[in-house]
Amino acid sequence: MSPGTGATANRRATPGPLVSMLRVRDLAVGFGPRPGTDPVIAGISFDIAPGECLALVGESGSGKSVTARSLLGLAGDGAWLQAAELAINGSDVLDLSDAQWRRRRGRDVGLVLQDALVSLDPLRPIGREIADSLRLHTTLDRAARRARVQEVLERVGLPDGRSRVRQRSGELSGGQRQRALIASAIALDPPLLLIDEPTTALDVTVQAQILDLLESLKRHGTAILLISHDLAVVGRIADRIAVMSAGRIVEQGPAARLLASPRQEQTRRMIAAIPIDKPRGTRLASPGDRADAPATPLSPPAFHVSAPAAAAASSASPAHDLASGEVVLEAIGLVKTFRRPDGRDQLAVDGVSFRLARGTTLGLVGESGSGKTTTARLLLALSLPDSGEVRVLGRPFSAATERQRRRLRPELGAVYQDALSSFDPRLTVDAVLRDAVRGARRAARTGSAGAGTAARDRARVLELLDQVSLPRTLLTRRPLSLSGGQRQRVGIARALASEPQILVCDEPVSSLDVTVQAQVLDLLDELQRERGLSLLVISHDLGVIQHASDQVAVMLDGRIVETGATAQVFRAPRHPYTQSLLAAVPRLA
Amino acid sequence: MSDLEIQADLGRQARARSPRRRRIGAAEALAGAFALFLITAAFAPSLVAPGDPLAIDPLSAFQPPNLAHWFGTDESGRDIFTRVSHGTGGSLVIGTLATAIGLGLGIVLGTMAGMLGRVVDFTVNRFLEVLFAFPGLLLALLVILVFGPGAQTATVAVGLATAPGYARIIRAQLISVRSAAFVEAATVLGRGRWQILVRHILPNTLAPLFVLGTLGIGQAVVWASALSYLGLGAAPPAAEWGAMLSAGRTYITSAWWMAFFPGLFIVLTAVTATSLGRALERRARHA
Amino acid sequence: MTDAAAGALRPDGAPRSARPVRVRPRPAVRRTLPGLLAARLVGAVFVLWAVATITFVAIRLIPGDPAEAILGGPGSQTSPEALAAVRARYGLDQPVVVQYLAQLGRLASGDLGRSYALKQDVTPLLVGQLGGTLLLAALALVVAWLFALVLATWSTRGGRFAWYLGSGLEIVAAALPHFWLATALIVLFSVWLGALPPISTPGPAGLVLPVLTLAIPLAGFLGQIMRESLLTALESPFVLSARARGEGERGVRWIHALRHASLPAISLSGWAFGSLVSGAVVVETIFARPGLGRTMLNAVTVRDVPVVIGVVMIVAVGYILMTVVTDLAQWIADPRLRRR
Repeated sequence: MSPGTGATANRRATPGPLVSMLRVRDLAVGFGPRPGTDPVIAGISFDIAPGECLALVGESGSGKSVTARSLLGLAGDGAWLQAAELAINGSDVLDLSDAQWRRRRGRDVGLVLQDALVSLDPLRPIGREIADSLRLHTTLDRAARRARVQEVLERVGLPDGRSRVRQRSGELSGGQRQRALIASAIALDPPLLLIDEPTTALDVTVQAQILDLLESLKRHGTAILLISHDLAVVGRIADRIAVMSAGRIVEQGPAARLLASPRQEQTRRMIAAIPIDKPRGTRLASPGDRADAPATPLSPPAFHVSAPAAAAASSASPAHDLASGEVVLEAIGLVKTFRRPDGRDQLAVDGVSFRLARGTTLGLVGESGSGKTTTARLLLALSLPDSGEVRVLGRPFSAATERQRRRLRPELGAVYQDALSSFDPRLTVDAVLRDAVRGARRAARTGSAGAGTAARDRARVLELLDQVSLPRTLLTRRPLSLSGGQRQRVGIARALASEPQILVCDEPVSSLDVTVQAQVLDLLDELQRERGLSLLVISHDLGVIQHASDQVAVMLDGRIVETGATAQVFRAPRHPYTQSLLAAVPRLA
Repeated sequence: MSDLEIQADLGRQARARSPRRRRIGAAEALAGAFALFLITAAFAPSLVAPGDPLAIDPLSAFQPPNLAHWFGTDESGRDIFTRVSHGTGGSLVIGTLATAIGLGLGIVLGTMAGMLGRVVDFTVNRFLEVLFAFPGLLLALLVILVFGPGAQTATVAVGLATAPGYARIIRAQLISVRSAAFVEAATVLGRGRWQILVRHILPNTLAPLFVLGTLGIGQAVVWASALSYLGLGAAPPAAEWGAMLSAGRTYITSAWWMAFFPGLFIVLTAVTATSLGRALERRARHA
Repeated sequence: MTDAAAGALRPDGAPRSARPVRVRPRPAVRRTLPGLLAARLVGAVFVLWAVATITFVAIRLIPGDPAEAILGGPGSQTSPEALAAVRARYGLDQPVVVQYLAQLGRLASGDLGRSYALKQDVTPLLVGQLGGTLLLAALALVVAWLFALVLATWSTRGGRFAWYLGSGLEIVAAALPHFWLATALIVLFSVWLGALPPISTPGPAGLVLPVLTLAIPLAGFLGQIMRESLLTALESPFVLSARARGEGERGVRWIHALRHASLPAISLSGWAFGSLVSGAVVVETIFARPGLGRTMLNAVTVRDVPVVIGVVMIVAVGYILMTVVTDLAQWIADPRLRRR
């Protein structure tokens, strides 16, 4: 079944290799009533040779996924498709009937979607899901199918297949699930695989393993179309990269060339926006990135890799080496236990201590389940620690009553991962900000409630909008109708209303496209410099942490395993976990 | 689980499914028109049916539907369209009052469960669970057993029987709003408990009650008519739909229209309430 | 419905988040089967006790002298001696607490007392009526599921027209009151077509109209629920994955979507039971069919308290059994609820 031309990876400088597993010329797809009008994607042309990986990269809404689905004849209900040429493995598939398509899917071409928890039927054992294409396309009997399933599971690195096959996607870990999903797509060893965001939502170490698996498929001779929003990820395994924007391919070329010297503006922006290995203070967003975010004048890139404490390199007690200046936020031995559904206790946070110094940024990094978010909630006193204490500006915070805390809350702003759900769905942007401004005024007890208060509040709302570079026309909108980046800016504006000294940001950019992420990171950086904010940035993304923080604390299983100056930790990690984490991070170089 | 909870949930799902259908559909327009007709008939029945609902005319008894008598006539020659129109007020009042009773009790129980801590929540929940072991009509029958038949008892009975459903919806809504991220965000901004309650929790909990009430009136009209039909609610001389239907049953083989049209109005009222409730729901979420 | 059953796939109380995620299970309490049944048993005892207590209290609220009610209601000529004899016989001269405990004791031993109106023991009377109602309800449930399945699958396949027709039919069907539907069916099938008997005769022909009357509104509800969940399942990534493996339309539906679509409908079985019992009161009355519902209505009309209590207790037991069946069905259909 496999084409056998295999291992000689076909790296050519120009598109259009001689042997083509997939050949696409002038593909256009749309959902309008009349074919040819209002295309969602248009003018798409590329080739993939056996054993080659082409990465289709673009931001959300650029048309990557529609492209992939069209190549399976699954663009969707009511979709029209036109192309000058569309051939899989040398045979034309442009005018296939539904039944003819069905015979090819799973045999000639396989599809791997993101989020295997829902991409594998949660009610069926994975063994059945994997055996499906065998059942549909071969005459193998039950025993032969079972043997083949075992074989495929071993190939994707899920040994112990005998009991595995009876498990369902919900019983597997994220990485295992993704492997099982890949197994279900390669059960018949299709010569062409379409892979849609295979590593999104996976931790970096797992992500690296999945990429290794894809690499081995490629060596085996499978042609791969890899769809991703993340240039750094695709840089690891793609031979060629095609950048998509607004339904068209804007640039296409060999991976190394394209990443090193991008020719198109869009490509340059996406590369510039990748935070990893960009020193603190470098601007990530390119000017004029988006209409709704007028570029603010940029102060010269201040290279202030803030003074790493001398003690940082050699200290066993992490709590004391992080901060050299005045401490504004302090966690002392935080412990938090949760009761699991089965009645057992689970330590979510286990003795976490750190200090945040005035005007600096502390990055808290860890993989899912490491206790980052619980720590954030403890810092904001949304839940209270079982033992330990949070102090804000040197005063007791978690140990105080909520009434006492309320006096300190204006000093502590928060930015959330899911900005949308942090807004009351009934309120407009104006109402959200006005509430915040009014609350801040009352808390500060400045300006007696009387004539002119409303006008002053209004002026303050506009001022906040300016600070986060949002146009005033958004005031009447509800957050639901805003883009992800705009929502996050409104969230930041709300947090700034009380002029806080500290900002706690829990995964502030993790649901944003890379260029939007760059803008938000730049904004946070600017605000810090202008207002002397102290930031605590919590993220799973090492790139974000490296770019945004002066000090870093690495979390694993509820503990902080390593702390230090960011540059130092990234250059010479001491803890084995940090080392493995850094080794797994996809980089551009 | 109650009819109402299912209705409310279906409304929510339909909304999640069809975000593009924001225009007023034909079904919604029809429902709106019929609702207007019902309201007119309830407040000024003479506007839609000028005749006297009790006027007896033995000569024209048992006439099938015709141009003079759209819905036909009954055994005493009374015009059924006139009677059905004049019965609208009575049926709607019973339905609305029953809904008000059910919703009121539901708000009290649901709010207690949602706001007063774990012990109250547990107790109220167990109580509701027990009430669910009396399926709707059975609970209503028990109330009638205690207080005797009649229109007033029927209203109270339907109200009591629907209360557990309302209570559960309100409790669930309250709990989901209370733990919503925007409520936590307000806490972080330093808002006090009462401010959060008044500004965020109550509006977000109470707004869906209009939808619930609309759905509920349809259900209540059906149930109250059922009780009248069984001879336990409004009694026959009254022009209440269920009672008229019950009276018409005697002549079912010879004059089907006597039972058919009062029942048709009950069905249309219920369908109208459902469609309007769902339309309201969609609108509320997309505003 | 206790939280174990309700938490699983109950459609109410959906969070107001902007992301409608329905394919993933709610954080359900995973249990082992014995654990589940044990929890149910404890709940059942509590519910039965509470139902008995509520009815006892309710009965005490009835104005007038129960002894008079037993002897034929107020206004009938009764001698003080007869009243006293009745009071002694039914234990009405005892203190309230004693009466309450005595009643609990009797209920626990399955003795539902003696009917005021029919002058016979309630337990054998109701047991005799039980079969007819059960048969009616079970048939109606099966027919409703069939209708709902057919309607849901057809209306999600046949394009826009089928969609509107299907959803319109379901909304109307769900709004149909039993008493009117029964009347309409009698007019149609018995009066005009003469095909089926207007009252329930012992044979299978006599069952058709009562079963249809009960099944159609239920099918309207179940159909709406199934269509919504069927569509959700059909749009989910695992169905796209299956299509990408070469699965055809029929395979997608039978292997993947219908199973997901039936879960929410299964979780509503407790409600469906209640709805069928409510309907049985009306349907048995209209079709003059012997059964618990008609007995209940007659008893309420003549204020035959022991019979009413008896029916209420039997229905409560039925409801509890139904929730156990629901739990089991969910436990079988949805492996995510099982704890390993």
